[in-house]
Amino acid sequence: MRSSETLIEAERVMTICNACRYCEGHCAVFPAMEKRLAFAEMDLDYLANLCHSCGSCYHHCQYADPHEFQINVPRTFADLRLETYAAFSFPSFMAPVLRNNTNWAALSVIVGFVVIFTLTSNWTGGVTDNFYDILPHKTMAGAFGTVGALVVLALTLGVSRYWRSLDLPSPFSLDWKHVRSGIKDALSLKYLGGGTADGCTYPTETPSNVRRLFHHLTFYGFLLCFAATSVGTVYHYSLGWVAPYSVFSLPKFLGITGGIGLLVGPIGLLWLNHRADDQTKPTADGGMNRTFLILLLLTSLTGMALLLVKQSPYLAPALIVHLSVVLALFLTLPYGKFVHGFYRLVALIKYATEIDR
Amino acid sequence: MTPKTRKLDTLIIGGGHAGLTAAITAAEAGARVCVLEGAPKSHRAGNSRHTRNLRPMHQGPILSLTGTYGEDEYWDDLLRVTDGQTNETLARLTIRESAQSVAWLYRHGVHFQPPLGGTLHLGRTNAFFLGGGKALMNALYREAGRLGIEVHYNAEVIDLKFDGKRFEEAVVKAEPDNRSFQAKTLVAAAGGFESNIEWLKEIWGAVADNFLIRGTPYNRGEVLKLLHARGGQQVGDPKQCHAVAIDGRAPKFDGGIVTRVDCVSLGIVVNDNASRFYDEGEDFWPKRYAIWGRLVAQQPNQIGHVIIDSKSIGAFMPPVFPPIVADTIGDLARRIGLDETQLVKTVNRFNAAVQPGTFDHTELDGCKTQGLEINKTNWARPLDQPPFSAYSLKPGITFTYLGVGVNEKAQMLMATGEPSDNVFAAGEIMAGNVLGKGYLAGIGMTIGGVFGQIAGREAAQYALK
Ligand SMILES: Cc1cc2nc3c(=O)[nH]c(=O)nc-3n(C[C@H](O)[C@H](O)[C@H](O)COP(=O)(O)OP(=O)(O)OC[C@H]3O[C@@H](n4cnc5c(N)ncnc54)[C@H](O)[C@@H]3O)c2cc1C
Ligand code: SF4
Ligand code: SF4
Repeated sequence: MRSSETLIEAERVMTICNACRYCEGHCAVFPAMEKRLAFAEMDLDYLANLCHSCGSCYHHCQYADPHEFQINVPRTFADLRLETYAAFSFPSFMAPVLRNNTNWAALSVIVGFVVIFTLTSNWTGGVTDNFYDILPHKTMAGAFGTVGALVVLALTLGVSRYWRSLDLPSPFSLDWKHVRSGIKDALSLKYLGGGTADGCTYPTETPSNVRRLFHHLTFYGFLLCFAATSVGTVYHYSLGWVAPYSVFSLPKFLGITGGIGLLVGPIGLLWLNHRADDQTKPTADGGMNRTFLILLLLTSLTGMALLLVKQSPYLAPALIVHLSVVLALFLTLPYGKFVHGFYRLVALIKYATEIDR
Repeated sequence: MTPKTRKLDTLIIGGGHAGLTAAITAAEAGARVCVLEGAPKSHRAGNSRHTRNLRPMHQGPILSLTGTYGEDEYWDDLLRVTDGQTNETLARLTIRESAQSVAWLYRHGVHFQPPLGGTLHLGRTNAFFLGGGKALMNALYREAGRLGIEVHYNAEVIDLKFDGKRFEEAVVKAEPDNRSFQAKTLVAAAGGFESNIEWLKEIWGAVADNFLIRGTPYNRGEVLKLLHARGGQQVGDPKQCHAVAIDGRAPKFDGGIVTRVDCVSLGIVVNDNASRFYDEGEDFWPKRYAIWGRLVAQQPNQIGHVIIDSKSIGAFMPPVFPPIVADTIGDLARRIGLDETQLVKTVNRFNAAVQPGTFDHTELDGCKTQGLEINKTNWARPLDQPPFSAYSLKPGITFTYLGVGVNEKAQMLMATGEPSDNVFAAGEIMAGNVLGKGYLAGIGMTIGGVFGQIAGREAAQYALK
């Protein structure tokens, strides 16, 4: 039991919304709310993660500031989401460490890896196209293997803690129909539309679909980059084809397409976040959202840079920086904004089971 | 006064649904339009931002509306709720024109949603705004911006200058000097006088101090009063209004929809003397809730207490404030400040009078009491399962019906019966023409939309002639 001020506020807000219900057509939060008469911690943790803080219900609320009821669902739920990420993350002590100093934490991880890689580098100057001339394969595989395993472990444990807290049955005893529908709603960002074809009220009160567009670019860009790495790994280990690959190869193609998405998407989201009404943002997220976007952006920027400095003496430093950024991105995944996707997915699956869709 | 005047085609007073509809229509017809909204931007759009639906006539399903709601059925409904106190020409005009109101709003950026939650019974007759009235009004204000309509906030009109029956200029309160706005035509859309407590007291007496105002504090009726003073025809009974019984803990103004308490038909309602005063089960709650404001207003201290037992928990829309709860009726009486013996007696007599029957809240189930001075005629069940819950109710005024007379062109009629050439009225300020008494869910916004369009069109046409 957390009984934090955020939970108390969320309960107050939901009680008023449940008597009003004017926003029921905007997103999944309100139909889920209408199924309840009272709001316990579990209900609020669930509802908060159904919310995208799109702002529609804030801009359309007759009880928003300066009304004495001071209703602000996006802010209240953004605060509560941050609280849930911290409450369920694994190991628990990591979340607050990163939460409060996201930029510094990310930066120090990057610097740390740069130092380690520089010290373990084989490179003695000169021009090369082969990454393994710069960093031994062992070092790379070791760093990524370890970090990858830690991240998968932390994410799995954290997300399954949240899963259990919502009283969801084991994933295997769920109706697959519901899981599919949850996944579909998550991947299509269905509720980022404010309930209309015009989109949601983000970043301003005027409806628009730009956030969905930039989010898709970011997410699918990320997936493509991830796929590029995975295909590369398969090439390397299973097929024995060793990097570098040509621009027309599958890993390069995936990487470049994804990289472009991962350039445009995060820049767009950062710009939108800058323009968005402060009222719809969390009281304080310690820069979590921005840090994550910047890390994504740095990943694609440094990745693209590798293409440009090929066969030049700058390749070595560029590679070291790129790999360090990617590792920093990975290490902060379970404690940063990245987790919102998993929490949202879990909440959407629960929603699908509740409304039986 | 510094005469900072300018000649506009159409001046609109009031930035609610009626005013903005008129402004957009006039601007689309080519008029130079300016809107004077008395409230600050944060409170713009008066009562309209508290609304949720309107009632359009329709042949066959449109958007989220099911079935057909034709002119005759609509007219019958209106005739029934108003007891015939309506102007048939204007009422039928409203009904017919309402058929295109949904499409008009949709064209101007307003979205609709199917009714969910507790409003499914309105699925055929009422079109629900996605996001409610404030979403609708935000969309109309965006349209106004796109059309280059000038909007002034904090622009409270305190005087109107007429030459005979012609409007000349409006005076807006401002520091250090008032401002004046001249225009070829005027559309008065400044709402009723529901938030003017002094005026309400002139009509209701001191009891009006205990009224809560469900909507905006800015509808003080200055413009209505000025129009009457300049010779505008008075329609409607000043005492007629839409009033419901709401939670007594609601804010004095702007409590809006959430303060309603929907369990009257499930329990009993007593006054401060712990006596029942009206049949709680007369008809379905949505059809009856608009009479309870008046009923409670007639009780001592303008208070009613609705009491239910645990059987009813969860069977009605959850209210915003928690009930007062106790394990015995006596205890409950003490907590809500009633005489213990008297309330126990009232409840015991009620319980003893309940006749056997099969309770079904979804139909008029005929579960009734027998032998009481005031019987409950449906959904009567003994209050016998603790804990018992109580909500204390006060009258909540939605809007008043006193207005100015209009003709089919939305032109204001003078006391003589002739129309003014360049003064038009729309919305609450003329709703009394159609709605002499009673209420039909969604008719307020329907009248505002229909007459807003007529007023905007006619005003522009006259100004551009
Ligand atoms: C809680 C609540 C819920 C409601 N729900 C519904 C519903 O679901 N469906 C429905 O059909 N009806 C509903 N109504 C009734 C509906 O609100 C009105 O019928 C309708 O909004 C009237 O529109 P209007 O433009 O005439 O008035 P308003 O929207 O009230 O606009 C009048 C405007 O005039 C301005 N004004 C007042 N005096 C001056 C002045 N002197 N100078 C300048 N400006 C001034 C005010 O600031 C205000 O913005 C509801 C009302 C309330 C209170
Ligand atoms: S956010 Fe405001 S308008 Fe929307 S449901 Fe809640 S109280 Fe009602
Ligand atoms: S901010 Fe958007 S997503 Fe969140 S509850 Fe409101 S409408 Fe739904």
